Amino acid sequence: MRSLIDILDLTTDEIEELIKVAGDIIENPAKYSEKCRGKKLASLFFEPSTRTRLSFEAAMYELGGNVIGFSEANSSSAAKGESVADTIRTVGYYADIIAMRHPKEGAPYVASLNCDIPVINAGDGGHNHPTQTLADLLTISREKGRFDNLVVGFCGDLKFGRTVHSLVGALSRYNNIKFVFISPDELHMPEYILEEIEKKGISYTETTDLEGAMPELDILYMTRVQRERFFNEADYIRLKDSYILTDAKLVNAKADLSIMHPLPRVNEISRSVDKDPRACYFKQVQNGKFIRMALILKLLEV
Amino acid sequence: MVIDEIKNGIVIDHITAGRGMVLYNLLNLDLLDSSVAIIKNAPSGKMVKKDIIKVDEVTSLNFDILAYVDPGITVNIVRDGQRVEKFKPTLPKKLEGVIECKNPRCITSVEQELPHIFKLADRENHVYRCIYCETKAKKQKWQEK
Repeated sequence: MRSLIDILDLTTDEIEELIKVAGDIIENPAKYSEKCRGKKLASLFFEPSTRTRLSFEAAMYELGGNVIGFSEANSSSAAKGESVADTIRTVGYYADIIAMRHPKEGAPYVASLNCDIPVINAGDGGHNHPTQTLADLLTISREKGRFDNLVVGFCGDLKFGRTVHSLVGALSRYNNIKFVFISPDELHMPEYILEEIEKKGISYTETTDLEGAMPELDILYMTRVQRERFFNEADYIRLKDSYILTDAKLVNAKADLSIMHPLPRVNEISRSVDKDPRACYFKQVQNGKFIRMALILKLLEV
Repeated sequence: MVIDEIKNGIVIDHITAGRGMVLYNLLNLDLLDSSVAIIKNAPSGKMVKKDIIKVDEVTSLNFDILAYVDPGITVNIVRDGQRVEKFKPTLPKKLEGVIECKNPRCITSVEQELPHIFKLADRENHVYRCIYCETKAKKQKWQEK
C-alpha cells in the first residue's frame, strides 16, 4: 500500500497528475462529493495544528467520507506510553487512510511500516511536510502555469524551515530554476542542501538584502524568523525587522510576482500586503485542501 | 610474534591499526567457539602497521560491518590450508544495528525497541543517513583514528 512520507516519494509525473486532479476538483466539486462514501480518514495529530488538520478533515468530508481521530497526544494512548507501531496497527483496523502529525522525526515512516493502509505524513518535527509542499506546488502551478524557468526567492529562516527545504527539493527536479536565498547569516540554508543543489547544477545566490533581490524574483516565499533561534535579543530585533515585507519593499518587484508563505505568520508580511493581488498565501491555504483531496483519492485508488 | 597458519578459516587483513578490537566486538566474535586471534600493530609495508584477525573456522560473518568500519580491509577465506577466496567488502546499502541515531528529535530517541537502521546516501563520501529522520550518521570514535 502506497504512503506519502517525503515529497520525493512522488515522481514529477505523479505530482502533475495530482495537480490536474486538484484542478478538476476546483472546477467540478460535485463530481467528487461522493468519491469516498463509506471511507474513513484517521486524523492522528500527536501535536497541535490548525491548518493542516482542518484541511485534511475538510478534504475528506468534501469527498463524502468520514473522519475519526484525535488532535493532541494527550487524548490518545500515546499518553499512556503506547508505541507508534501499536497505535497505528490498531487504527489500521478502523480506518482506510491515515493522516499523521508527530513531533518526532520519522514517526510517520514507522507508522507506514506497521499497517496495511496508506499513511500521509502531515508533518514530523522539523523533518518533512510533504502536503504543504504539494499545496505550494499547486499554487505555483496555478499562478505561474509552469515549474521551470523560474527565479524563486526564499526569505527568512532558511536554516530550520522544513517547508523551504522540501520545496527546494521538489523544484530542483525542474529545468532552468534559479534560487535566491535571502536570510540573516545566522539562518542561512544548511550546507548539505546547498551541496545537493550544486550537484544538480542549479544556480543559486545567497544574500541578506531582500530589496536588492526583489526585481528578479518570479516567486517570493516568505517564512517566519523565529525568536527562539537567537541567543541575543538585540540581534533578533534587528534581523526580524529587516525581513518584514511591506508595500514599500515591493516597489521594484515584478508585476506578476507571487508572494507565498506557509503560514502562520507573525509580522513578517505586513497586513497591507494582503490586498496586493500578488499575495498568494491564503490561496495556498485553499489549494492545500484541494491537493489533499486529490492525494486521498490517489492513495485510496478511488 | 608467530601465530599458527590456519587450515580452515577467515583472515581479515589490512585492518587499520587500533580497529581490531572494534571489529571483534561488532562482529560478535566472542560468541564463537573456535579460536580467534587478534594481532595488533603487525608490521605492514603499505600501512606501516595494521591489525589482523584470524578466525579458525569458515563461518558466516557480517562483512557489511567490515566495509563500514574499515573500507580498506581484505578478507581471505582459507580451506585446507589454501586461500580459496580473497575480496574487499564493499559498503553496504543498509546498516542495521551497527550505529545509533543521535538525533534527539528522531523517533528512535523515544521508542527504544525500534531497530537503528541507516541507508547509504553517498557512496563516494561514505555518508549514511538514518532511515527515519535522515540525519547523517556521526563519525564513530574508531573512524577518527
